Formats: sequence, C-alpha cells, structure tokens
Amino acid sequence: MDPGTWDLLLRSVGPLLMGAVAGTIPLTLASFVIGLAIALVVALARLSTIRPLNVLAGAYISVIRGTPLLVQLFIIFYALPSLGVLIDPFPSAVVAFSLNVGGYAAEAIRGSILAIPRGQWEAASTIGLGYALTLRRVILPQALRVAVPPLSNTFISLVKDTSLASSIMVTELLRRAQEIAAPSYQFLALYCLAAVIYWLICTVLSFGQQRLERRLSHYVTV
Amino acid sequence: MSLVTVRNLRKAFGDHVVLDDVNLEVAEGSVTVLIGPSGSGKTTLLRCLNGLTQPEAGVVTVGDVTVDYADRPGRDRLAALRAQSGMVFQAHHLFPHRTALQNATEGPIHAQREPAAQARQRGLALLEQVGLAHKADAYPSELSGGQQQRVGIARALALRPRLILFDEPTSALDPETVGDVLLVMRDLARQGWTMIVVSHEIRFAEQVADHVAFLDGGGIVEDGPPSQVLANPVEPRTRTFLRRVLDPLSQGPDSDRSD
Repeated sequence: MDPGTWDLLLRSVGPLLMGAVAGTIPLTLASFVIGLAIALVVALARLSTIRPLNVLAGAYISVIRGTPLLVQLFIIFYALPSLGVLIDPFPSAVVAFSLNVGGYAAEAIRGSILAIPRGQWEAASTIGLGYALTLRRVILPQALRVAVPPLSNTFISLVKDTSLASSIMVTELLRRAQEIAAPSYQFLALYCLAAVIYWLICTVLSFGQQRLERRLSHYVTV
Repeated sequence: MSLVTVRNLRKAFGDHVVLDDVNLEVAEGSVTVLIGPSGSGKTTLLRCLNGLTQPEAGVVTVGDVTVDYADRPGRDRLAALRAQSGMVFQAHHLFPHRTALQNATEGPIHAQREPAAQARQRGLALLEQVGLAHKADAYPSELSGGQQQRVGIARALALRPRLILFDEPTSALDPETVGDVLLVMRDLARQGWTMIVVSHEIRFAEQVADHVAFLDGGGIVEDGPPSQVLANPVEPRTRTFLRRVLDPLSQGPDSDRSD
C-alpha cells in the first residue's frame, strides 16, 4: 500500500467513527428499543386466544420476514411520498428497522415466553396475580434470560443492517466511507476500514451479551 | 360449618371421564386427605376447588365464593374463587428468579397491596415457622427439595387464605426430606388451618386427617374418619389400594394386577 493510502486511511478513521457515533449507533439503538416494544406486543398478540389479534400478528410477522429489508426501506422512503407521506431519511430508517426488528424479535420473545413452564403461570394465579402482573413479575423476567441469545443475534444483525440506510442518504458509517472513497477511488481501503469498525462494534456487543447472560443467570445454580 | 362444598362435579378430558358426579364437604378447621390410585381424579378434584382446572359441571363453594361451573365462569369469578385458597404444588413451582422471602412476599405485596415492610416481616415469620428463616435470601435453586416445598407452603400461607390445598406435596421429594414437610403440615393442622391434601402418605393421613376420602375411577368410593377408611375399610377397592400402598410386596399371585 502506498503512503498516500495510509495517510487517507488515518485521516478517515475520525470521520468514519463519527458516522458510527452519529449515525449507526443511534439508528441501531432507537430501532432496537422501538422494535422490542413492537415485538413484545406482537408476541403477546400471537399468544393470545383472541383470534383476530392472533391472525393480525401472524400476518405482520409473515410480511416482515418474507420481504427484503431493503425493499421495506425503499417503500417507506421512496414509495410513501407518492401517497403524500414524506419522512426524512433518518426517521424513515428508524421506522423501517423498528418494524423489521419487531417482526423478528416477536418470534424470539414468543418462543421464550413459551419456554417458561405452565406451573409458573398457575403458581402466579394462585397467589392472586392477574395476567399483566404475572407477565411483568413472573414470566418476562424469566423469559428475558431465555431471550437474550436470540435477541442479541437480532441486535448484532441490526448493527450491520443499518448500513442499508446509506442507500436512502442517511449519514452513517458506510455512507461516510462511500463519500470519502468516491473522489479518491480508494474503495478497497475505505470499505475495509468500514468493515473493521462494524466488526469492532459487534465484538463489543458480543462481549456485552456474555456479561448480560451471566448476570441474568445469577439465580440458576447448576 | 362447611368451608368447602362440592356438588355434582363432573370433568372429562375428551372421552375420558375423570370426575363423575363428585360431592364433598370440608368443615372449617379440618384436614381432609384425598387418597387413591393415580388417575383416580384426586388432583383434578383439588384443582377444581381453585379453578386451575375447570370442570364441565358442578357447583363449588369455598368460603364466601360460589362458582357454578355449568355457567362457564369468567376470569374474575375464577380469580375470586382462587383467592379463597392457597396452593402447594407437587413440583413446588417456586419463582426461580426470586429468593425464598421474595417468593413469600410476592402475592401479599403485588396482588394484595400490603405494605412491603409489613409483608416482609410476615414473610420472615412464616419462613421461621417452616424452619427456613436462615434461608430467606436463598434462591430456590440453592435449596433442597424439602426446603423448596416448605418455601412453597410459606408462600401459600402468606396470602392468609381460608384453606390450603396440597397437591401431592411430598411425592417428588427425596425420602429423607419428606418428614420435614409433613411435620410442617402437621403443625399447620394443629394451628387450625383448613387443609385439603392429595397424598400417598397414609401414615400422615392416619395421624393428622380428620377426614379421608378414597377416590377411584372418578368418584369417591369411601370416605370418613381415618379410623374407618384407613383402619377398617368397607370397600374391597379401598382395601386393595391400602394393602398395595402400605405393603407393596404383599400381593399374592392371585391378586388383581390391573396396572
């Protein structure tokens, strides 16, 4: 590699990290938090005995999982304006990613709720807890432990999926790399640098996942 | 005075009739032990008393609450019935993410809205009563089977129910921890708690029960004081069952080995 490339790389680290801090990370966090809220509601609807709720939730999951995320993103940013709905790039991305996380995490949450033995529901009801309290105090805290590995997968995938937002002009990590690479023709160097930063973020998250799993398992002695 | 009245209870799972026109009365302050072979419907009967199992028909009264199952009672009605009793499960079903004390205070604080400090104080007293004050901060996974079951008893008592239902509380336990649980139950009986116990512990029934009901084939075959049902049973089915439970090796080659 010639010295000019090294120089460019060094000078690009700052702007790319800024792209991560100002774009990728807030986009990921906002989408994940909103997505989890959607997922919980959808998972409960899916588990509900009320048929319309059940069907609606099933349809939502099916559409989200059965269509490409990029297409979902394009529909929200490029297609909705023709219906008069105009959303800025960043909020468009948050909407698309939240809905996407909602669909995938719903199944993970549903599975983890189903993994909690029926006896826990029964015991909760014999001590007078209703549905909402049973969920909040008994089922979800235990389900969370079960859900951490699949939800961590969703979270880490989301970090990388936010790179798709570069295609709707959200200034995030990959977009920054493109902007610097284009005039200099240093695509290899810049995209590899972007990849390294994504990898670093995901590695930190994996480490966090392990710590979280340990913390949530404090009451389980083997 | 009857605290519990059961009239014409009928429960079927598909074609299989589990309870066929069962009637039962339990006096306040008495201990009733339900015995019988597995599949005889005794656990189902117990679960119909708090609505965990909903029979097709039958009227159950516990304390101030009467539920007619033929009317398909809603969630609120069943909750009202359930609130009359505490339940101790065979597999304890303690909340694994809560300590022993938190298990005992969960219902009082979050369902009955008792002030937390007061609930904790009562919870500690109850754990002391079941011999586990020193384990208040232990998680269920750190306790032995017998200890877990005693926490389960404290959790049920903490709700100050009218009666306590025990569903085979010792049958999943290591033999050496069974005694601890039975002693706690005996003490509760002496304190005047109304208890309905599904159990295979015939000795416990002999010593503690006021009333024993032998169930078989979905009905109560014979019931009365233990001196009658356990010591001098009239029904051949009761005799056969007791012989098998008390002396499993005694069966001659001619006896009926249906299972």
